[in-house]
Amino acid sequence: MRKLVVWMPFGVVAVLLATFAAGLLNPSDRAVASGMVGRTVPAFRLAGVRAPDQGLETGYFADGKPRLLNIFASWCGPCVAEAPVLMDLQRAGVEITGIAVHDRADDLRAFLARRGNPYSRIGMDPEGRAQIAFGSAGVPETFVVNGRGTIVYQHIGIITANDVPIILAKLRRAG
Amino acid sequence: MIAELGLAALWLGAALALLQLALGALALGTRHAGLQPALPAVAVAQAVLTGIAFLCLVALFMRSDMSVLLVATNSHSAKPMLYKFAGTWGNHEGSMLLWVSILAAGGALVALLERRLPMRTKTATLAAQAAIAIGFYAFLLFSSNPFARLNPAAPDGQGLNPLLQDPGLAFHPPTLYLGYVGMSVAFSFAVGALVTRDVGPGLARAMRPWVLGAWIFLTLGISAGSYWAYYELGWGGWWFWDPVENASLMPWLAATALLHSVTVLATRNGLPAWTIMLSVVAFSMSMVGTFLVRSGILTSVHSFAVDPTRGAFILGLLAVYIGGAMALFALRIGTVQSGSPFEPVSREGALVLNNLLLSGILVVVLVGTLYPLALEAANGTRLSVGAPYFNSSAGPLALLLLLVMAAGPLLRWRRDHPASLAARLAIPVLVLAAALLLVVAFLRPISLLPLLGLVTAAAVGTASLAPLWRRNLARTPLFTWGMVVAHLGCAVSLAGMAADSAFTKEVLVSLQVGETRRVGPYSVTFRQVSEVPGPNWSALDAELLVQRGSQAPFVMHPQSRTFTDPPMETNESAIATAWDGQLYLVVSAPQDDIHYPIRMWWKPFVTLIWLGGIMMALGGGLALLGRVDRDVFGWRRRLAGRAA
Amino acid sequence: MKAPALLKAVLMAALLAVAPAAAAGRYNDVQLADPAQERAAKALMTSIRCVVCRGQSIADSNADIAGDMRGEIRERIAAGESPESIRAWFIQHYGDWVSFQPRFTEASAPLWLIPALSLLFGVALARPLFRKRR
Repeated sequence: MRKLVVWMPFGVVAVLLATFAAGLLNPSDRAVASGMVGRTVPAFRLAGVRAPDQGLETGYFADGKPRLLNIFASWCGPCVAEAPVLMDLQRAGVEITGIAVHDRADDLRAFLARRGNPYSRIGMDPEGRAQIAFGSAGVPETFVVNGRGTIVYQHIGIITANDVPIILAKLRRAG
Repeated sequence: MIAELGLAALWLGAALALLQLALGALALGTRHAGLQPALPAVAVAQAVLTGIAFLCLVALFMRSDMSVLLVATNSHSAKPMLYKFAGTWGNHEGSMLLWVSILAAGGALVALLERRLPMRTKTATLAAQAAIAIGFYAFLLFSSNPFARLNPAAPDGQGLNPLLQDPGLAFHPPTLYLGYVGMSVAFSFAVGALVTRDVGPGLARAMRPWVLGAWIFLTLGISAGSYWAYYELGWGGWWFWDPVENASLMPWLAATALLHSVTVLATRNGLPAWTIMLSVVAFSMSMVGTFLVRSGILTSVHSFAVDPTRGAFILGLLAVYIGGAMALFALRIGTVQSGSPFEPVSREGALVLNNLLLSGILVVVLVGTLYPLALEAANGTRLSVGAPYFNSSAGPLALLLLLVMAAGPLLRWRRDHPASLAARLAIPVLVLAAALLLVVAFLRPISLLPLLGLVTAAAVGTASLAPLWRRNLARTPLFTWGMVVAHLGCAVSLAGMAADSAFTKEVLVSLQVGETRRVGPYSVTFRQVSEVPGPNWSALDAELLVQRGSQAPFVMHPQSRTFTDPPMETNESAIATAWDGQLYLVVSAPQDDIHYPIRMWWKPFVTLIWLGGIMMALGGGLALLGRVDRDVFGWRRRLAGRAA
Repeated sequence: MKAPALLKAVLMAALLAVAPAAAAGRYNDVQLADPAQERAAKALMTSIRCVVCRGQSIADSNADIAGDMRGEIRERIAAGESPESIRAWFIQHYGDWVSFQPRFTEASAPLWLIPALSLLFGVALARPLFRKRR
């Protein structure tokens, strides 16, 4: 018994070090995944970029057609890098809706004019509330929404050419 | 040239550490015992060489030598001189070099000053110190060479994280490191005594000044770090239960427990196994702290480098040193004689309770910091542990600990009567009741933890002065004064924490120029904004006119700074200190062209938190002086008396 | 008074990752009028983790999204929602990770069990040190 007790500190240290080793081997995934995947699109209603433009709201989804929802902003550097890939997706027949976070109409217009506009609809989210409602932690992020209005997939960060097949597969399955 | 000189000195220092270990190991055998006197000289030479290496790095940073990779990636030629200097250890390699330098200096001081321990134990201690140093030399030389060249040289350098460009940085890490490394000496003493089977009061007396010294630096380091976070992060918080803060708190908790058990071993020959275990734990926690910060394994505001290979290297060192020490403990602790017995109601009993409660808090902090990591590694589940958990778990233990602290010094060694303890505690208990009545009558609403905090602080503060009652103050030993001041410091700090959490007034507003708001006893008028250029930043500077009652108004200037290298925005809070608290103002970039978000806090008695920290360190200093005076000089006087 | 133009330009150019100062939510950095509600909101904020920062709560963060979340919390509290129901909402959206106050579940039980058992074990270890009172 005493023998067991005196070796206990050694055992505790072993457990501690094993924890550290495990932490080093699988560095924590620092991206924060949305808990909304698998749930229906949250309730939101956003105005369009400028008066006559149509905005985006919950009711727009769930019409039988799968779509992408891209959360982006004109002030976001990585979004610039993502823009050509989104254009390609749009040309391939994918419908992309956008939520522009903390953006201003002038800045956004300039951004779209310069980088192309792959979006069927854009909702302005000046207070970032729609972003939070989707469980998104940053820009850019992209959700795949199926025809019943359920969020089926979340892509965190830039969509690169390498990610396109996965996105297309998810869309196909969502249809 | 300087870089090469530094690197050469570092290699030589490493070689001497190796020699020190080899000589020590040989000298511990019976055949080569004559080698023992050589060890101190080697230890001193090692410290000198490593010191030279560190000074070389300082020189490279001060000269902004951009042909050195480390300088180019962490400094900038336009940076103020103080930050160039402090930037030496504001990065991974430099801070590890500082660590090794202090480690070597610690070994040299043991070599020069320690005269009372048996020669063999001192030899084993120096060998253990060298063994620790070798690992960190290897770490520096093989995976974090601070002197690596950059070819071609960079024009300006990339700069230092703006949050770290602060006078606090100049002193915070070195202070903590002095504490960590002081613990390494205690660790080496423990290992040395286990090796030579020499655990007893003599060891405790040799170890005690180092533990005290390390504890003082840890206390100062944590207080300074807390104040730094308080004014630099700009949200009025002074403790965030951030992993890096916890990493510095854990060695402090272990060191505080050790500080108390070492006294039992020194004066009563009690708790030998606990003392050895705590000295191993205290240094282990120092290394774990370094590992957590340096490996980037935990996400934190403070973590600098994220580098798994370096993490793996330090992890290997942890395994060797902590695992080795724990194995040695298991093998040898059976040979340590158990200490003198004592009754539950006695000074020893209170100190055992102190050790238990401090260890309990340590386990809470350790588990809270590391369990999320373990859980994610085990099955991918992610959870966060923060202030609500730590406050609710460690808070009650800490309050209990303070109550024990109030009673402990009033107890006699070995055995005491509960009735006489009750009599000695009568006045503090009266104060407790009075404080409770006052708070409940006048200061409501107040939530439970701050209420308990305020009341406990009043009672414990009173009780901590009790050891001085009816004593001739002039003849009271310095270390008794030290204990009283340190314990009083705990009460003062607790009062500050409770007052801050109960009575802080927060005003968050969006103001236009000309508007006035009240916060606590102050009225604050937003007078104007201007743009202020700095050496490597530009700032939005708000001018606020502040007036309290009919006193003369004064002007405060919080800033929102935009740094260019690297690009980042920081808030420079403006803080006005009054006798009864602090006014804390922060401005952010405007929301539109006219409305500026301004955050204002009136924090009554918040300064007591750090005043208490300083008092604790001061008490530690008095105790250290008292011990050194009695143990070292008293010993010399006795020796001189015998010679005469 | 105009905001310093140069400063704004620098901000735009250098801080691509920082949103320009577009209209922020009304309650991001402004308190609720009712002190009791504000206290409840503040207590909740200090225990919700900022999703883009490193280990800070949304109450201590300059990040835009932390501000948005403060706004969300204040509005919901003002509308009469209970703090725990708001916390559940955040957990639903971002996972358990977003709350600094772990729920007591099978997975999180060791957070309390390990310290409690350690204390009991320590008491058991300490007992033989004491001599029975005569």
